[in-house]
Amino acid sequence: MLHFLIIAPLLIAILAPFLYKKLKSVHTGWFVLVVPLFIFIYLLSLIRTVIHKPLLLQLNWMPSLGINYDLYVDGLSILFGLLISGIGTLVVFYSIYYLHKTEKLGHFYVYLLMFMSAMLGVVFSDNIFVFYMFWEFTSLSSFLLIGFWNHRHKSRYGAQKSMLITVFGGLSMLAGLIWMSLEVGSSSIRVLIQNSEIITNSPYFMPMLLLVLLGAFTKSAQFPFHTWLPDAMEAPTPVSAYLHSATMVKAGIYLVARLSLLFAGTDEFFLIVSGFGLLTLCWGSYMAVKQTDLKGILAYSTISQLGMIMAMLGFGTGIAVFAAIFHILNHATFKGSLFMVAGIVDHETGTRDIRRLGGLYTLMPITATLAIFGVFSMAGIPLPIMNGFLSKEMFFDAAVDLRLESGSIYQMVAPFFPIIAVIGSIFTFVYSMILFFKTFTGKLQLSKLERKPHDPPIGMLISPAVLVVLIVVIALFPGPFNKYLLTPAVTAVMGEVPHTKIYFWHGFYNAPLFMSLIVLFTGTLLYLTRDKWLHVYNRLPGRWSMNKTYDYVVNGIFKGSTVLTNSYMTGSLRSYFRIIVGFIAIIGLYTMYSSNGFALNINSTPFSLPEFLVALTMAVAAISIIFVHNRIAAILILGVVGYGLSLLFVFYSAPDLALTQLIVETVTVGLFLLCFYHLPELKRDKETSGNKLFNLVVSVGFGVLITLIGISSHSSKWFKPISDYFLENSYELGGGNNVVNVILVDMRGLDTMLEICVLGIAALGILAMIKYNRKGDLE
Amino acid sequence: MNEIALMFLHWSVLVSLVTVSISILLLLYRTIKGPTNPDRAIGLDAMGITLIALAALVAIQLNTTFFNEVILLIGILAFIGTVAIAKFIEKGVIIDHDRDKS
Repeated sequence: MLHFLIIAPLLIAILAPFLYKKLKSVHTGWFVLVVPLFIFIYLLSLIRTVIHKPLLLQLNWMPSLGINYDLYVDGLSILFGLLISGIGTLVVFYSIYYLHKTEKLGHFYVYLLMFMSAMLGVVFSDNIFVFYMFWEFTSLSSFLLIGFWNHRHKSRYGAQKSMLITVFGGLSMLAGLIWMSLEVGSSSIRVLIQNSEIITNSPYFMPMLLLVLLGAFTKSAQFPFHTWLPDAMEAPTPVSAYLHSATMVKAGIYLVARLSLLFAGTDEFFLIVSGFGLLTLCWGSYMAVKQTDLKGILAYSTISQLGMIMAMLGFGTGIAVFAAIFHILNHATFKGSLFMVAGIVDHETGTRDIRRLGGLYTLMPITATLAIFGVFSMAGIPLPIMNGFLSKEMFFDAAVDLRLESGSIYQMVAPFFPIIAVIGSIFTFVYSMILFFKTFTGKLQLSKLERKPHDPPIGMLISPAVLVVLIVVIALFPGPFNKYLLTPAVTAVMGEVPHTKIYFWHGFYNAPLFMSLIVLFTGTLLYLTRDKWLHVYNRLPGRWSMNKTYDYVVNGIFKGSTVLTNSYMTGSLRSYFRIIVGFIAIIGLYTMYSSNGFALNINSTPFSLPEFLVALTMAVAAISIIFVHNRIAAILILGVVGYGLSLLFVFYSAPDLALTQLIVETVTVGLFLLCFYHLPELKRDKETSGNKLFNLVVSVGFGVLITLIGISSHSSKWFKPISDYFLENSYELGGGNNVVNVILVDMRGLDTMLEICVLGIAALGILAMIKYNRKGDLE
Repeated sequence: MNEIALMFLHWSVLVSLVTVSISILLLLYRTIKGPTNPDRAIGLDAMGITLIALAALVAIQLNTTFFNEVILLIGILAFIGTVAIAKFIEKGVIIDHDRDKS
């Protein structure tokens, strides 16, 4: 059933364009809505089974290659599956009201369903190849969705950027996964985890870890690969809410969580994941403060929250992993609702720029109420109805409470982690406040808005409202969520059942509470004095931002490859020939040198004086051609070489060859003379002396190579020649005394036939070239 | 007596071969040096004749009749080649199109 459900969105996607075309009166989204809803309900029904024992559903696809469509259902994948299908339902519902019927809805829902299917595949797949396949499907469908309004330049730019970065990471992840599966000998993720010692003790552990983490970091927008996420905000808002806050960007988180049983406990994993996570947390929250676009703030906020989750997964302690999983759930709820609120504001006012917004509270009271829950939950305001606070405090707890074995690497870095965490959270607080207060309070600037804003239709409010209700419910009654969702998920990540309960109040004297208070006060102070800090925000990071680096790298690759290609693709046949012959000479001579292939056997037949004189004539003629400046003279001297060759055939008693050579030589000379009528005077290209020297070296090198090969092959007779057979059997089998002719037409007649074909083709080609002009007409 | 005749034949063939070969070399000098293209054409034509001589001498040396065709062929080809070159040098074309047009 689950096998089918995962690809069900793909199958329904085939229908979407037809529904859009045939049933124009009904918004296509209504048909699509059924799919995620059904999956969500089915997954809910699975929870009870999975809580006790994870399911393994197998289906053979390519068993001979070890690629099977195996699904593994445990707490972690169920949690993600519920997020994907649940928020998917809400997003589809929201998009019904957000996107007008005049948009290309057929396209939109095909992409969205494709993405949903891919994402479900990612979280449930057990086979690394199937996993990777779905992983790239998410990149592809995300690319299509970001570029949905493809008439805009920025959409296309953002789509390309996200594609380049995520596919780059995806490919390196594939390399890492294949490497690990080769070490273990299985392509099942479950088996990989069971054999984690083989991998962690392997000498190639570091590259494998880095390759896999590269995939996770690019997908989850970790520093320095976060740069695609803000540009992906060109997508329609439902897409941003779904892909770039709740689901796709968590695929990397999912990968790290899924494999943390494999890597956890190693110092490399701890340092890289938590280090980059904290860096991303601080950088993302700092950059978010600078943004003026609502979705820009939310994008950087997503980056920083993802960094926080990543850092906690890196900590690897029980409380940290629990907090990470909890925050995945919380972040999906509040960030999804915030994106939808931003979409509503955009929809109702026509702008998302906080410098033009303000004072919307009175005009859009319901939207503002929804926003306040999302924002305060994101900032971690200590109120019992905000789920963000619960996970944020657990994050502080985890940062303080690292394993402190003496001498370990944990002890060295542990004192810094709480400080970094607090700094990141302060900025989180500041941008959350900006997000809310700059939009909904302050002075109303109606003149700058395109239309008078008011609360949107009720349908648009339902989805964010559901998420906001979830925020409050999770905060007030965390128990059931803990029991049915979080505990199984943490069990799947840690391999053991956690003993964590969620409390709002930990008592007075504990570090997390003080850290929360510091964040609260410093954050408020920073927000109130924000105008004074503006010039600092605007100066940093300046030209050091990752955006600029990305542009520099991409442009550099284009420019560099253009320069490189132009350097050898000159369009001059002469230089191509130089390259070809030069390489043959270098490689041939090197092979001959390294394999010691040269052989010389002087006990061959002696030659007579006349043979020598003819050979000398040919050599002198051949060399003199190079220095001749007259075309006819050159062709006549070439004739000398040809006639000399036929004479050599006479000397070595090959009358047939001599005959043929004579005729061909004469015809060739005649043909050359025919062509000369149409050719201009022979002019030497003015070449630099360096080029001339290079030509000389290449030609001499090639000549030496061919000479050496000739001498060597003549001197080393390894096998008996088969010519005796022809001599003996020419008359008996072929019925002819002329052995050469018997070979040509009888024993190896196929070659002759094809040579005749070659001549025929050449003749036809010449006819075609002469008789037909460019337009293809007969002259 | 017969042996002496064979010996004489052998040596005379060898000497002729060497002499004709040297003449080829000298003809090559004329072909390369020129100074005009007709000089070169004559050089090549004469070289064709020496080729006939060489082929015949080699046939005697190898005591075979298979090269007789070669000798005849060289005669024809040397003539055709020289005519073609001469026509080219004189008119610039080898095959006239004038008659087809009229």
